[in-house]
Amino acid sequence: MNEYALGQGLWEMGFAAAVPFTLVALSAMAVLLADLWLLPSQKRALPWAALAGVLLSAASVAFLWNEEATGFGGAIRLDRFSAFFAMVFLLGTGLVVLLSSAYARREGVERGEYYALLLFGTSGAMLMASAVELVTFFLGLEILSVSLYVLSGFFRQRPASAEAAAKYFILGAFASAFLLYGIALFYGASGSTTYAALRESFGSAAFPYSHGLLALAASGLLLIGLAFKLGAVPFHMWVPDTYEGAPTTITAYMSVVSKAAAAAAFIRVFGASLSSLQQDTSAVLWVLAVVTMTLGNVVAIAQTNIKRMLAYSSIAHAGYLLVALTAAGEAGYSSVLFYVLAYVFMTLGAFGVVSLVRKGEGGADAGAEALDISHYSGLAGRHGLLAAAMAVFMVSLSGIPPTAGFFAKFYVFSAAVRAGEVGLAIIGVLNSLVSVYFYMRIVFLMYMKEETVPVRGSRSRAGWVALAACVLGTLLLGVLPSSFARLATESIASIF
Amino acid sequence: MLDYVWLVPAFPLAGVLANVFLGGRLGKKFVGLVSCASVALAFASSVAVLVEMLALEPGLRHVERHVFTWFLSADLKVDAALLADPLSVLMMVVVSGVAFLIHVYSVGYMAGDPGYRRYFIYLNLFTFSMLTLVSGANFLVLYVGWEAVGLCSYLLIGFWYEKKAAADAGRKAFIVNRIGDFGFVLGIILIFRMFGTLDFGSVFPRAAEMFPMGSPTITAITLLLFLGATGKSAQIPLYTWLPDAMEGPTPVSALIHAATMVTAGVYMVARCSALYVLAPVSMGVVAAVGLATAVYAASIGLVQNDFKRVLAYSTISQLGYMFLACGVGAFAAGVFHLMTHAFFKALLFLVAGAVIHALAGEQDIRRMGGLRRELPVSFWSFVVASLAIAGIFPFSGFFSKDEILWDTLQARGPLVWGVAAVGVLLTAFYMFRLLFLVFWGKPRHGGHVHRPPLSIDVPLACLAVLSAVGGLVGAPMLFGRHFIKEFLAPVFAGGAGHAASAGHAAAAAAHVSAGAGAAHPVSELGMALVSISIAAVGIALAHRFYVMSPDVPRRLKEKFATAYSVLLNKYYVDEAYGAIFVRPLVAFAAGLWRYLDALVIDGAVNGSANTVAAGSRVLRRLQTGRLQDYALSVALGAVVVLLFWLTRW
Repeated sequence: MNEYALGQGLWEMGFAAAVPFTLVALSAMAVLLADLWLLPSQKRALPWAALAGVLLSAASVAFLWNEEATGFGGAIRLDRFSAFFAMVFLLGTGLVVLLSSAYARREGVERGEYYALLLFGTSGAMLMASAVELVTFFLGLEILSVSLYVLSGFFRQRPASAEAAAKYFILGAFASAFLLYGIALFYGASGSTTYAALRESFGSAAFPYSHGLLALAASGLLLIGLAFKLGAVPFHMWVPDTYEGAPTTITAYMSVVSKAAAAAAFIRVFGASLSSLQQDTSAVLWVLAVVTMTLGNVVAIAQTNIKRMLAYSSIAHAGYLLVALTAAGEAGYSSVLFYVLAYVFMTLGAFGVVSLVRKGEGGADAGAEALDISHYSGLAGRHGLLAAAMAVFMVSLSGIPPTAGFFAKFYVFSAAVRAGEVGLAIIGVLNSLVSVYFYMRIVFLMYMKEETVPVRGSRSRAGWVALAACVLGTLLLGVLPSSFARLATESIASIF
Repeated sequence: MLDYVWLVPAFPLAGVLANVFLGGRLGKKFVGLVSCASVALAFASSVAVLVEMLALEPGLRHVERHVFTWFLSADLKVDAALLADPLSVLMMVVVSGVAFLIHVYSVGYMAGDPGYRRYFIYLNLFTFSMLTLVSGANFLVLYVGWEAVGLCSYLLIGFWYEKKAAADAGRKAFIVNRIGDFGFVLGIILIFRMFGTLDFGSVFPRAAEMFPMGSPTITAITLLLFLGATGKSAQIPLYTWLPDAMEGPTPVSALIHAATMVTAGVYMVARCSALYVLAPVSMGVVAAVGLATAVYAASIGLVQNDFKRVLAYSTISQLGYMFLACGVGAFAAGVFHLMTHAFFKALLFLVAGAVIHALAGEQDIRRMGGLRRELPVSFWSFVVASLAIAGIFPFSGFFSKDEILWDTLQARGPLVWGVAAVGVLLTAFYMFRLLFLVFWGKPRHGGHVHRPPLSIDVPLACLAVLSAVGGLVGAPMLFGRHFIKEFLAPVFAGGAGHAASAGHAAAAAAHVSAGAGAAHPVSELGMALVSISIAAVGIALAHRFYVMSPDVPRRLKEKFATAYSVLLNKYYVDEAYGAIFVRPLVAFAAGLWRYLDALVIDGAVNGSANTVAAGSRVLRRLQTGRLQDYALSVALGAVVVLLFWLTRW
């Protein structure tokens, strides 16, 4: 068999669909192996190796941008949708790796498996977005989750970190059980686990009555499992504890990549395959969206730890995502994609600033992370650029133009209005109003207050590059949203 | 080059970015060089655009270039699109050319200022915004430029923000402009409501099809837009900010508050000529406001003693002439006067700057005098500029002003013309009063006169040449062709036709239908001679008052003490506005704050904030930290979701 024929054969098997996440997984293994070979003084190269893997995979996605392929017996699919999410995950992972290069060394967790697990998690997330079969989707979810369980407990000596990992793991297993049970019921009801079969069995007008209880219970269980991953209320309890205890860079990664992967799977399953259930799904999501937004924003106000505040903020943002999912339709789902992209920049940026700030000389615990909100008092005086970047992220998270967050919310709420969910949109806007309070408090402290505890900003080049990229992304999406919005619309069109 | 019209605003923007990010590190020389070079490149590219445009057939001189889609949502699609047509290209060339000279001048003028980099960043940002304003292809881009130049103006008026007067003047300019902008925005919204789009290319051609002559909608739109213009271009009733704006650095006054930004209103009205000609009432308002402002501001200029304030009132007055031109349907004449005015008024301000610089900050003309010999370049430049603004043949102002007067006579008859001619007399008088007081007589200043550096003298000379010969492009009697009018004809084609056929006022109909000057009792040449003579009388009076017998003004002052003090105090308009609008408003606001805001609103806000905060503390307790509780929450949630789900069965 000549090379051409081999390539042809692989192509026909749909191997192309697997290339992006395979490359990430291979680089994860390479990083693990390199970790064995490298001398301690050479370990600084590890993040760069991980970054190279991310860039390599991103290049492959770019190369396959206009391709469509279904592979492995209809288990995974490459289309504009999976390519879009792959880019989002890779972007998020790349930025986290850059932020980690200083953070991990400073906190003493710079080991090879840190970067390898990040890459494995990313490959799982990419698998979730490109899976078109329930078991494959579950596989991706578990690859991502297991990586995150380990990573959130990566500060092995710190009780908070161990607690974070334990809680996440146990509750995660609980949620996985729901998912798996749902998948089993689906298999029982339709005799297949592919999304195409779901659509075929449940797409008819007679559904759900002909398949009855089984299929309804199955989709309800799936919804619960995904809502857990999204961090929707009342499945959110793990979020604050885990976000607070996990290493800050991992928290950033979790809030961005894990949430985006859940949204991607949700759109593929409920948007594209179970669209006949949409009215019922929307009824449940409506309630989830309202309680998630409200609880996230309201409780965020009372927080004194910045990571915890950002954790509740991420719950609130999951609520906005649920508004978009409630709206459904092409407008609703493409607003999810835009939101996810905007969210990568502003959330990673905010956590990035947190990861770069630590207590300065003078205190008993100099060099420790500065996690109390009061530590941000007067940051602008000492670290003007860091404070300015943080201000941009806070403005964007509260949804004020000209930042990404504004248009993200604008698209979400206008999709809701167009879907007839005016009430939901109003609740969403009121929630944004509440959120301004706690976001702007950070800005207020940074610019209007005197410094209370001396804090120091890291001088890590890589960290600054990541922050600059986040600021740029946040502003770019806020000033020139339309080409990105079009990208999101095209990606959604590719799965309908 | 037409395809690259976006380069014109892009260069100054690049200058801003370079100075923001690198200027602090690379030092003063770099800052000045980058600023000047970026504007020079903008000028070069606008000239290239102009040259290419001249090679096209007049009918094809309308090129829209879509730069990017800014945003789109349902039926609102906004493109960042630029338009190159004769009007915008002419504006680009004038703006970037004058801006370049003033940038060069600023290098010398601002050399010792600690805010040197900030100054050039603002100035470049202004140039970028102004070029965006004149090259936008829809109302939104126009509006973005409109607000951005307003912002730059605010920043530069208050450039020396430690001085209270400067900070106050900046605020005054900003607030007064907000009133105008409010109308402007309403106008734009109304356009969108009526036409469903904001593109010039779709609004203007459709206006005449969709609306009849004198339609109330178009009248409302044009009046609202004009309200914006009265703010930006300092016309009655919103002119009060411009004299105060003289607190800014003098090159800023030259560029922003004389040559370019304040003419944005004229540009906008000319740009919307297709709408204005459909609204005779609005045309009448524009003409009346312009005429009134022209004479009124000139009368205040007669007695002011601050060098820059005289020039400020002169600017207001000249802008009035431009609006008068637009109001009588002579849009091309208005734009022509805008151009010549940019040359000579920028020059006048730059000379003022040179003089103030030379006298170490002295601005009172009563303490100047005799500077002819010490500042020869400034002196001769000032002479040229004064002759130009007074309208003496063959200096640039003659051609443009004469054309406005002629068109006014044609459209509105001898009475209106007479009022406008009084303005010409006043203009000639106050300009030469200034000239004689500053450069003639004995020095009344105590100190040493600093020689201006070359970077100040060279721009003066350049502008002097432009002020002298710049009007020749619109001298039909010399060349048999009116280049500016021909060039602008495609833009105003609809406008001129309408104005002529519809006759925007009954009284004017007779004059208009008479057509060319041949049928009119007086010829254009004759009227030109009349207006020159009027200006000459003004000059002669100034000469008699301030050179031959300097105690005449004092005697007049004593004889007409009331009139004098009314003029000196600018008709007490600032005081009147203070009494009628500002103080009641402040009192009202204080009342609102004390009663409504502090009690009702704050009460409601604090009440709801307290409720939310209390809720927050309560809900926070749900987060017990115990894993079992968390699992319970998940389980309960699951049960509720599933129960709901199953009821669907």
